[in-house]
Amino acid sequence: MKSFFSALLQSRAGLFGFVLVTVFVLAAILAPFLGLPSPTRSDLLARMAPPTWTGLFSPGAHPLGTDELGRDILSRIVYGSRVTLIVACSAVVLGGVVGVLLGIIAGYYRGIVDRVLMRIVDIQLALPLMLLALLVVAALGPSTRNLIIVLALTSWLRYARIIRGQVLALREREFILSAHAIGAGTWRIMLRHLLPNVLTPALVIATLELARIIIMDAALSFLGLGIQPPNPSWGRMLSDGRVYISTAWWIVTFPGIAILLTVLSVNLLGDWLRDYFDPKLRTSR
Amino acid sequence: MKPLLEVRNLTVEFNTASATVHAVNDVSYTLAEGETLGIVGESGSGKSVHALSMVGLIAMPPGRVVRGEVLFNGRNLLALSQRELFDLRGKEIGFIFQDPMTSLNPVLTIERQIAEPLRRHLGLSASQARKRVVELLELVGIPDAERRAGQYPHEFSGGMRQRVMIAIGVSCNPKLLIADEATTALDVTVQAQILELVRDLKKKIGTTVIWITHDMGVVAGLADTVQVMYGGRIMERGPVRAVFNDPRSAYTWGLLKSLPHGSQRGVKRLYQIPGNPPDMTREPVGDPFAPRNRFATERCFRETPPLVDAADSVSGHKVAAWYDLRQELAKLEAASHD
Repeated sequence: MKSFFSALLQSRAGLFGFVLVTVFVLAAILAPFLGLPSPTRSDLLARMAPPTWTGLFSPGAHPLGTDELGRDILSRIVYGSRVTLIVACSAVVLGGVVGVLLGIIAGYYRGIVDRVLMRIVDIQLALPLMLLALLVVAALGPSTRNLIIVLALTSWLRYARIIRGQVLALREREFILSAHAIGAGTWRIMLRHLLPNVLTPALVIATLELARIIIMDAALSFLGLGIQPPNPSWGRMLSDGRVYISTAWWIVTFPGIAILLTVLSVNLLGDWLRDYFDPKLRTSR
Repeated sequence: MKPLLEVRNLTVEFNTASATVHAVNDVSYTLAEGETLGIVGESGSGKSVHALSMVGLIAMPPGRVVRGEVLFNGRNLLALSQRELFDLRGKEIGFIFQDPMTSLNPVLTIERQIAEPLRRHLGLSASQARKRVVELLELVGIPDAERRAGQYPHEFSGGMRQRVMIAIGVSCNPKLLIADEATTALDVTVQAQILELVRDLKKKIGTTVIWITHDMGVVAGLADTVQVMYGGRIMERGPVRAVFNDPRSAYTWGLLKSLPHGSQRGVKRLYQIPGNPPDMTREPVGDPFAPRNRFATERCFRETPPLVDAADSVSGHKVAAWYDLRQELAKLEAASHD
């Protein structure tokens, strides 16, 4: 753990991402204790109040202003991050685990298993992901659990495709032959010898996917198929606030910035983690 | 000495869409316990494939063991189930592969890679395995073993990695150690160190060794018995001294002749065996070396010579040839004097 932090301190981008991600996660966890007003309480007298620091007339004390129903935007962003982070992280983990395992299986067994799995990927790639997500949500009904399932469903194939390619190359390497020669069975080869070799690409895909899933979550919420009102979600805040952009820019701007910063910090952290986990780039311990 | 390994009529093919490659043709030999067998041959001679196929390490398909038996301690390896093979490999038969640069998993520490067979086959706990790993690293001559165990393969030099490979190969005290071109990727000084190490280990743990190489010099220094393979067949085999001093196969003779000698003066060109390696997709008829053999008789092209005892030589010296190399060489000698 000590070496983890000392390595982190040496990378400015990694540190930036790590700190920002930590702040978001802590804010999400500690939301009820931050003394914020309720994210769902509306105050019609303070509708579309501008942020206090703009110097414009603003009834009440709302650091980032209020939306069209007079709800505090800062509070909605913080509470919205809970939902968004849980949904996005679960979807990334679920899609990642399924995708990596299926990718390893397809690449290792090749033949019929590979062909069936990759044709499923092809078919799914041929469908617009948004259409697929809409269909599934419409069929299953909107709920947090279903949202996670839908997002994971649009995500696993990216892992599977790339990991399969990696495994196809790796399985011909001599160290896999030597693993066979010391008596390692099929599962042992896949989980102990191949899996650690594909974790680096998987991690890179995961950071990209997390960003994509946050945006897709926002898009689904925007279309009314994600988190249901009055619960706050970043995507919904964007969709509800967009009509007021000329009169109350803060309603869409701050959720947008929240999405931007989350995606940016996750990418920076992910990049750094990839280097950290690569034994060749790690300085001697 | 009782035989540890008996290979009988081993024949291996690779079936591809366009052709069938006859990689190993009717190979039979016995290996006594404690013996060191050097198998020499050029690329494609079947020397590696025959060893890998014995323990199911070739890809099947396209590979296929067409015929044969491999008795290891009386057990036919070719009849074993997948499960039994998993238990056998690494425990009773250890392997060392050619390229130490690629034979170690780049993302696992050395300790984990050596510990794997120990934990898998001997059921050692993590701490017992760790202790044994350090012992093994010391055994193969890696200094500062405690610290080195926690490092990754890229932090080791080629020679050091080959030592690690050897440590993995001998970790469970296998009865048989198969080294496939284990020193080929190393430079000569490191190669000498590794050979010294293997000789030393043999003395300490008494393993039977099959050393596969294309380097006659390595065999001379290490093996008790040498087996020369060509075109998937054994051309000649016998005690190292007999084969080197009194070769009976034209192929062995050509190999020996093409080695540089210390006594050679000036810029004399090395001997070169004429022709190209055989086309292994051709049906194996006749002596595979015949097309490149200046002494080949008509019979060599039609009939496959059996591996029989060489006339007037020590016991165990066998050769597969229709011609008599000694007579042919005498004729050659006489012609050069005229």
